Amino acid sequence: MIKNITMTGLALAFSATSSFAATNITWWHGMAGRNGEVINEVAQKFNAAQTTCALTPVSKGTYEEALASGIAAFRSGEQPNILQVFDAGAATIINAKGAVIPAEDLITKAGYTFDRNAFIDGVRYFYADSEGKFVGMPFNSSAPIMYINDEALKKAGVEAPKTWEEFEAIAPKLKEAGYIPLVQSQLTWQFTENFFSRNNIQFATNNNGYDSVVDTQLKVTDPNLVMMFEKLKAWADEGYFAYYGAGWNDNQKMFEENKAALWIGSSGSFGGLTKTAQMLFSANFLPYWGSIQGAGTSSFIGGAALFAMAGKSDEENKCVADFFQFLTSPEIQKFYHQATGYVAITKAAYELAKAEGYYEKTPVAEVGIKQLMLPSGEWSKGYRLGFYPQIREIMEREYGRIFANEVSVKDAFDTIEKEGNELLARFAKTAG
Amino acid sequence: MTHAPSLSPTSPALPTAGGFFRRFRSTPSEPDFAKRVQFSSPYLPYLFLAPQMAIIFIFFYWPSVQAIQSSFYLEDPFGFGSTFVGMSNYTDVLKSTEYLGIARFTAVFTALVTFFSLAIGLLLAVKADGIIRGNATYKTLLIWVYAIAPPVAGLMGMMMFDQHIGPLVKFVGLFGWDMKVGLNYTDTAAAMIIVSVWKQIPYNFIFFLSGLQGIPVSVREAALMDCRSGFRRFWTVILPLLAPTAFFLLIINTTYALFDTFGIIDVMVKDKAANNPITLVYKVYMDGFRGNDLGGSSAQSVILMIIVFVLTIFQFRFIERRVHYT
Repeated sequence: MIKNITMTGLALAFSATSSFAATNITWWHGMAGRNGEVINEVAQKFNAAQTTCALTPVSKGTYEEALASGIAAFRSGEQPNILQVFDAGAATIINAKGAVIPAEDLITKAGYTFDRNAFIDGVRYFYADSEGKFVGMPFNSSAPIMYINDEALKKAGVEAPKTWEEFEAIAPKLKEAGYIPLVQSQLTWQFTENFFSRNNIQFATNNNGYDSVVDTQLKVTDPNLVMMFEKLKAWADEGYFAYYGAGWNDNQKMFEENKAALWIGSSGSFGGLTKTAQMLFSANFLPYWGSIQGAGTSSFIGGAALFAMAGKSDEENKCVADFFQFLTSPEIQKFYHQATGYVAITKAAYELAKAEGYYEKTPVAEVGIKQLMLPSGEWSKGYRLGFYPQIREIMEREYGRIFANEVSVKDAFDTIEKEGNELLARFAKTAG
Repeated sequence: MTHAPSLSPTSPALPTAGGFFRRFRSTPSEPDFAKRVQFSSPYLPYLFLAPQMAIIFIFFYWPSVQAIQSSFYLEDPFGFGSTFVGMSNYTDVLKSTEYLGIARFTAVFTALVTFFSLAIGLLLAVKADGIIRGNATYKTLLIWVYAIAPPVAGLMGMMMFDQHIGPLVKFVGLFGWDMKVGLNYTDTAAAMIIVSVWKQIPYNFIFFLSGLQGIPVSVREAALMDCRSGFRRFWTVILPLLAPTAFFLLIINTTYALFDTFGIIDVMVKDKAANNPITLVYKVYMDGFRGNDLGGSSAQSVILMIIVFVLTIFQFRFIERRVHYT
C-alpha cells in the first residue's frame, strides 16, 4: 500500500516535470484522506494518458471551504479551471450566471458528442438546468442506503424491511433481541431531501426550484414528511430509534459496535465500514412508505460535481473538456467507483464492473447504483434551492430540538418552512 | 481618554503589559522629558509611523469599510448581481429570535468564561505566589496548557466529553448526570465553557503571578502587622494593588471569550451546529463562509464591531475609574 502510494507520487512528480510544454489546468476539490489520494491518482492517470494538458489537483479542505475558496478566487480573477461543488452548494454556483461554462457546452464545443443517456437516471438531472442540460459534471456521487446488521436480524428472526411499515412491524423484535432497531447519520439528507425523492413528493415550488429563484417556497410542512418525523419521534420514545446528534460518526458508531440493527448511511460508507464493523453486514435500499401513492422512486444523488469555471482561455477549456471526457470513460469510472465506494455514474462503467464480477464479491457496492437506477418519479430528479446550506442548518437545529423534547414536530416544520422561505426570498434578491 | 489603546480584536497584537501600563502612567500633565526624541525632519516621525498605519489600514479599516458597505446589499457570492436593501440585513438579523438567542448565549458564555478563568487564574496565582519550594515546577505545569492551540484544545475537549467514550461524561454519570454533549443544549454549553475556561487559565495565571510579584514586600509586611486575617489582607491590600492587571485581563478575557473561542466551538460542534449553542462570531462564519450570505454576515459583523466598541468604552469609562495606577 505504502509502496503503491510512493510509486504514484513518483509517477506524479515525473509526469509533472516532463510536461513543460503542456497547457496547465488546475482542479480545486474538497476531499481529504484516501479520497484525496484517489483524486491525485486520477489526475496522474490523465496526465499519463496524453501530453497536451497537465492537470494539477489541489485540496482546499472541506466541501464548504472549497466552494468559499473558489468564490473568493473567482472574485479576484484567480479561479481554478475546475471547481468541485457539493450537492447543497449547487444552487449557489449554478444560479451565478456567468461563473461557470455548462459542462455540456464545453464538451460539445471541444468536438465531442455528449450523450445524456449514458449517465444513470438518478445522476442525470441533479446538476442540470431545467431543460436537462448538464451544467456540472457529476463526479463523486452517493445515495443514502440502509445497512443491515445480519447478526441482529438473525437473532431477532426477522427479514430486512423494504418499507417503513415493515420496519415498524419488526422493530419490537429487534429491541427484544437487545439491539437499537434503527440509527441514521444525517436527518437532512436521508430523511428530508431523500424522503421527498424516495416517496416522490414535491419538495419546493417552482419545480423544486429548478424553474426560477423568484418566489420559490419550501413545502416541508407536507403532512407526509411531518408524519415521518412524528413516527421517528415516537420510535425514539419507544426505543426503536436512537438519535445521537447531528454528527455523522456519533450515530454510525452504534452500528459499527454491533449495538444497532439498521443504519441509514451513505453508499460510499461500506469501504470504511468493512474495516470498523464488528459484525457481518449487508445493505439494501433506503426504505419508503408503502402507504404513499407512487413511492419507491430513485433517490437524489449526494456528493459533488465538477464545474468548469468561466474566464479561461480556449486551450485550457479544451483541456477541461478532455479531462471530463476522460473522467467519464468506463475504465476511469470503474477505477474511481472501486477505489472510493462512490457510485459509477455511467451505465457503461456499471456494466463493466458488473461483467468483472465486482458486485458478486462486494454486493453492497451495487446497492447505491441500483437505487439511483430505480425508475425516477416527477419529484425524484433533484432540487435547486438557494442558501441551501443554511436551510440545512435550520433543519438540523429544529430536528435536534424535536429529539430534545423542546418543540413539537409540527412546530419544528413550521419554523423550518418560515425561516427557509425567508432565506429563499433573500437568495432571490442576490441574483437581482 | 486621549490615549486609549485600540482594543479591537482585529487590530495587531496588543502591546505587552509593560508598555500597556506605561501608557497609562504618562499623563499629559506630567510630560516625560527624558523620553522625548528630537527629529531632524518634521516628516521623519510620519515615515516611522507609516508601516504601523499601513498595517492598521489594510487589515482593519479597509475590511471594516468593506463590511459596512456590503451590509447594505444582498449580493450574489460570485459578484454578478447585487441588490441594495438598505437596513433590511440589519432588521432581518435583529428580528430573528434565533439571532437574539445566540446573542443571549454569547453574553452568558462571555460572562461565565471571563469570570471563571479570571477567578481560577487568580486563585492559582495567589497559591503559587505563596509556595517557596518547587514553585518553578508548579508554575510550569500551570502555564504549559497555554501552548495548546484552540482547535487542539477543542479536540481534547471533544474527546473528554464524547457521548460514547468520554471519560468526563462517564465521571459525571457516576453522580447521575446523563451528559449528552452535542445533543443537549445545556450540556454542550457546559462542556464549551469548561474547555474555554481551562484553555485561558494559564494566561491569566502568568499575569496575576507577575502582578503579585510586583507588589513590594514592604507593603505586604506592613499589612501583615496591621491585620492577621489573610483573606482580609488579600481583599483590602493585595487586590487593589492588582487592579491594573485585573483590568487589563478583564478586557483581554472578554475578547477571548467573544472571538478566540471560535476554534474550540468549531471543533466541539463538529461542523454541525444543529441545536447546540454557538456564539455570535461563529454565526458570522456559518452565514458568511458556509452559507455564502455576504450581506447578512457583513451586517452581523458590523453589529459585533459595535458591541465590542461599546463594551470597550464601557470598560474604560466605568471600570477603569476604580483602578489606580501607582
